[in-house]
Amino acid sequence: MSQTVPIRLYVNGDRHDIEIEPRRTLADALRDDCGLTGTHLGCEHGVCGACTILVDGKPVRACLMFAVQAEGTSIRTVEGLAPDDQQLHPVQRAFWEKHGLQCGFCTPGFLMLVAGQLEEKPDTDEEEMRDVLSSNLCRCTGYQNILKASMAAAEEMSG
Amino acid sequence: MIGARALRLEDPVLLRGAGRYAADTYHAGELHMRVVRSPVAHGRVRSVDVADALRLDGVVAAWSYDDVADLPAIGFRLTPREELLPYRQPVLARRVVRYVGEPVAVVFATSAYLAEDAAERVVVEIDQLPAHVDPDADPVAWVDAEQATWAAGLGTPLPEQDSEATRFVTEYGDVEAAFATGAGRIIELDAVIGRHTGVPMECRGLVARYVEADQELVIDGAAKVPFWNRDAIADLTGLTPSQVVVRETHVGGGFGPRGELYPEDVLVALAAMRLRAPVKWIEDRQEHLLATNHSRGQHHRLRALVEEDGFIRALDASFTLDQGAYVRTHGATVGSLTSSMLPGPYVIPHFRVEAHVRLTHKTPHGTYRSPGRYEGTFARERLVDKIAAELGLGREQVRRRNFIAVEDMPYERPIQAMGTSMVHDSGDYRLLLDKMSERYDFPGIRAEVAARRAAGEAVGFGFGYFVEKSGIGPVEGARISVDTRGRVSVTCGASSVGQGVDTVLAQVAAETLGIPHDEVRVVRGRTDRFGYGRGAFATRLSVMAGSAVANAAAALRDKAVRVAAHELKVSVEELELADGAVRLVSDPGTRLSLAEIARLLEPVRAVEIKEDPGLDADGWFRSDHMTYPYGLHAAVVRLDAGTGQTVVERYLVGYDVGRALNPTLVEGQIAGGVAQGLGGALYEEFRYADDGTPLCTTFMDYLIPTAHEVPPIEILITEDAPSPINPLGVKGAGEGGVTAVAAAIASAVDDALQRPGAITSVPIRPQAVHDLAARVTGSRPPADAATG
Ligand code: FES
Ligand code: FES
Repeated sequence: MSQTVPIRLYVNGDRHDIEIEPRRTLADALRDDCGLTGTHLGCEHGVCGACTILVDGKPVRACLMFAVQAEGTSIRTVEGLAPDDQQLHPVQRAFWEKHGLQCGFCTPGFLMLVAGQLEEKPDTDEEEMRDVLSSNLCRCTGYQNILKASMAAAEEMSG
Repeated sequence: MIGARALRLEDPVLLRGAGRYAADTYHAGELHMRVVRSPVAHGRVRSVDVADALRLDGVVAAWSYDDVADLPAIGFRLTPREELLPYRQPVLARRVVRYVGEPVAVVFATSAYLAEDAAERVVVEIDQLPAHVDPDADPVAWVDAEQATWAAGLGTPLPEQDSEATRFVTEYGDVEAAFATGAGRIIELDAVIGRHTGVPMECRGLVARYVEADQELVIDGAAKVPFWNRDAIADLTGLTPSQVVVRETHVGGGFGPRGELYPEDVLVALAAMRLRAPVKWIEDRQEHLLATNHSRGQHHRLRALVEEDGFIRALDASFTLDQGAYVRTHGATVGSLTSSMLPGPYVIPHFRVEAHVRLTHKTPHGTYRSPGRYEGTFARERLVDKIAAELGLGREQVRRRNFIAVEDMPYERPIQAMGTSMVHDSGDYRLLLDKMSERYDFPGIRAEVAARRAAGEAVGFGFGYFVEKSGIGPVEGARISVDTRGRVSVTCGASSVGQGVDTVLAQVAAETLGIPHDEVRVVRGRTDRFGYGRGAFATRLSVMAGSAVANAAAALRDKAVRVAAHELKVSVEELELADGAVRLVSDPGTRLSLAEIARLLEPVRAVEIKEDPGLDADGWFRSDHMTYPYGLHAAVVRLDAGTGQTVVERYLVGYDVGRALNPTLVEGQIAGGVAQGLGGALYEEFRYADDGTPLCTTFMDYLIPTAHEVPPIEILITEDAPSPINPLGVKGAGEGGVTAVAAAIASAVDDALQRPGAITSVPIRPQAVHDLAARVTGSRPPADAATG
C-alpha cells in the first residue's frame, strides 16, 4: 500500500502539490500533508461532522472522502474563513459573542457547516438551521448557543 | 470584572482553527503507535506473534507483554483502597485478557496508516473463556493468586480474589434500631442506571519525545491531571519528575474519563525513551468507545422508613457498581461518592449504604461528570416521588418536608466525602424551589400539562433535586507577573479541558488589578511553568485556582503599592491600585503604571529598595473541605404512544453557585451538562452481548444527542448561598447541569403516563415507553396527587 501518487489540491486559494497514497483521506491529507490542522477528526466514520469542510461550496465530511477525489475542486477549511488576521468571519464572530463553543474541538466543523449553509441560503430560518446543525455533534455546549450564534450570523449575512 | 459576562479569551484562537489539540503536534521522524486489542471479552493468551508485523517496511518495533514485563500495574490516583490493588491493570495484557479492547500488543511505524497495517499482522491466539457480564450475579473467581500478588505489588503473596473487588458501608445514626421500632411505613425502590460515559469529541492522544540535549522527556497532549501523570511517568521510566515535562495542549473536552493515566499513555512515554524517537498515538473513535473509561452502570436498592407526612426517618440502601475488567486510577472514587452523596439535600436521620464494586468482562469504569451523583440522585429522587405517590402527598411537599433547613447550615453529615468530612457549607434548598416555582410558574405548568393530558396527550412534568460538591483541595497556587511592558500573566498549575478556565482566572486577576480581563494572559497546564497542580476534576478549579489567583493578585497589588510608595515617597495608605496603575488617592494624576513599577523592580534596582526582583507575586489557597452547590432540574416531556419516543419539550434548571464568576460560562456549563444528562437518560448506553461482545462501538450505535434532541434549556442561576469557605464565595458549576437529568426525566415520564414509579431504569428506551403507554391507555386515572 505504499505506492504514492502526486496530487494537487487547492485549499483556501493556495495550491498544495503533495505526494500521497491513494487510500489517504482528504482529512488526513489536509492535516498531515497541507499542515491545516484546523480540520478535526472526531470519529472518522462520518457521524460527528468535526471534519466538515467546503468542497466547491458544499459541506463535506473530509473523513469520508479520499484526497485523490478532491483533485480539481476548490476546498475551504476553517483556516480560510476569516478575511484576515484582524477580522473574523461573521459566523466566527457570532460563535464568540454567543458563547457557541467551549472546548472548540467541534467548532471548525460547525463553522464550515453554517458558513456553507448561509452562503447558499442566507435566509435560513431557525427550524431549518436546527436541522442543519443536527448533522454535527458537540459534546460541550448543549447546542443552544450554537443555534443562537448561527441565527445571529444568518441575520448579519442576510442583512 | 468578577461576575461580568466577559467574552472568552480562548475563543479567537480556536475559532481560527489555530488550536493545538493532541493530534496537532508533529515532529520530524516521529513514529506512530497502534495498539492491538483483544477481540474477546475473556480468554487465556496462548501466543502473541509480532514477526509478520515487523517484516513490513517502516515498522520499527512491536511489543507484547514480555517486552514490558518490568512495568508494574497502573496505580491509583484517588481513593486508593488497599483491597483494590489486585485488580489493577497491566500495561499490556498479562496471560489473560479481560475485556474486548484490552491492549495486547503495540506496534510502532513511520506512518499511522502503516502502523494500522502492521497491527493487523500481529497474530494473537487466545483460548476463549466464559465471560461474566452481570454485576448483580454472585461474584465469581476473578484473578488467581499469582496475578493478584503481581497486580497488588505489595511484595507479599495474596490469595486468589473474586469479582467483588470491595464492599464498604457508609453510615450514620442507627438504621437497625430505626426500622426495629415498627413505626412508620416502609417504601422500597429498585433503580438501574445504564453504563455510559463522557465521550469527548476529541479522542485521546499523546505525543512524547526524549530531548537528548535537555535530558528531558517532553509529553504533549496531556489533560486533566498533568502533574500527577508526570510523577507516575517519571516513576515508570526511571526519570526524575523534573526531567519529565508534561504539557496540556488544547483539550477537546474532558468530562472525567479523559486525562487519566491509561496503558496507552505509559506505552507512548516508554517508547519515546526506548526507541529514542518522537512517538505519537492518536486514539480512533472505535478504540475510544472500547478503551477509555466507561462510567455509571449502577443498580440501587433502597429501603426507606417514612412517616405519614413524608419525612424519611431512615434509609437503608445498597448498590452494585459495574466496575468492568480492572480498577483503574480512580480506585473506589465513584462508589465512595455515590455513597456519601446519596442523602442529597435531605436530613434522613439514620442512613446506611452498602457499596459493592464488582468486576465484569467489560471496559473498565471510572468517573464521568457528576460521578455517583447522577446515579444516586436518580435513585433517591425516584424514591421521593414514590413516597409522595404512596402517601398521597405532593412531590414538592415531600421534598420540602425533608430538606435540611437553612438555619441548620453549615450542616455536618457525619460521614466522609472524597476523604474530607462532609459539611454542607451553605444552602437554602427551600428558597431555590420557591424561586424556580415562581420564575417558571410551576402551578401554571402543572395546570397546562393536566389540561393537555385531559385532551388526550401523554405529557408530564417532573423534577429532581440534588446537592453537588465542588472545590476539593487540598491546595492550588498561582503566580501573577507583570513584565516591563505592563503585560500581566497568570501562571498556575490549573488544567483546562475546554471549560473556559483561562477566562475565569483572568477575570479574577483583572478584578484586583483594575484592568480589562483580556489584558491578562493565562499560562497553565504545563509542568515546566509552575511547580504544582492537582488538576481539573471534581469541579474544583473556580474554587481552588480562582481563590489562589485572587490571593496572588492581592499580594501583587501590595508589592506594587509598596514599591510605588517608595518611589513617590508617600505612605502606602495614600495609594490605591486602579486602571492598571498605582495612584495617589488624593491626586489620581500622580501615578505609576504597572509597567513602570515592573521596571523599578529590575534586579539591580530591586535590591536597592530591598524587594525581590520582578513585579510578581505568588498566591496559594488551601482548603480542607469541599463546598456544596445545589440545584433543581425540571422537565416537561411528551410521549409518542406510537413510537414510544420521549420528547423533551422544556428543560428548566435552577442552580445556586454561591457566586457566578462569569454567568455566561456558568450557563454554558449547565446547558452542556443537561445535554449529556439527556444522553444518559434517553439515548446512551454501552450494551453487551452475553459473551461480553460490546454492541456499541461506533457513533451509529452509541447515540449522542444532537441539536434535535436537546430542547432549549432555561436556566436560573442564583447566588443565595455564597460559600463561606473561600474568599470568592464561589461554588463550582461544572457538574450541576448533568446531575438530576435522569431523575427529572423519569419523574416527568411517570407523570405523563400517570403511573408513579413506572420508570425504574435509564436510559428510558422507546420500547419501554411504548409498552407502558399501551398498558395505561384506556385506564388513565384523572390527574392526581402524582402531579403535586
Ligand atoms: S471525523 Fe468525519 S464525520 Fe466524524
Ligand atoms: S465545544 Fe467541545 S465538542 Fe463542541
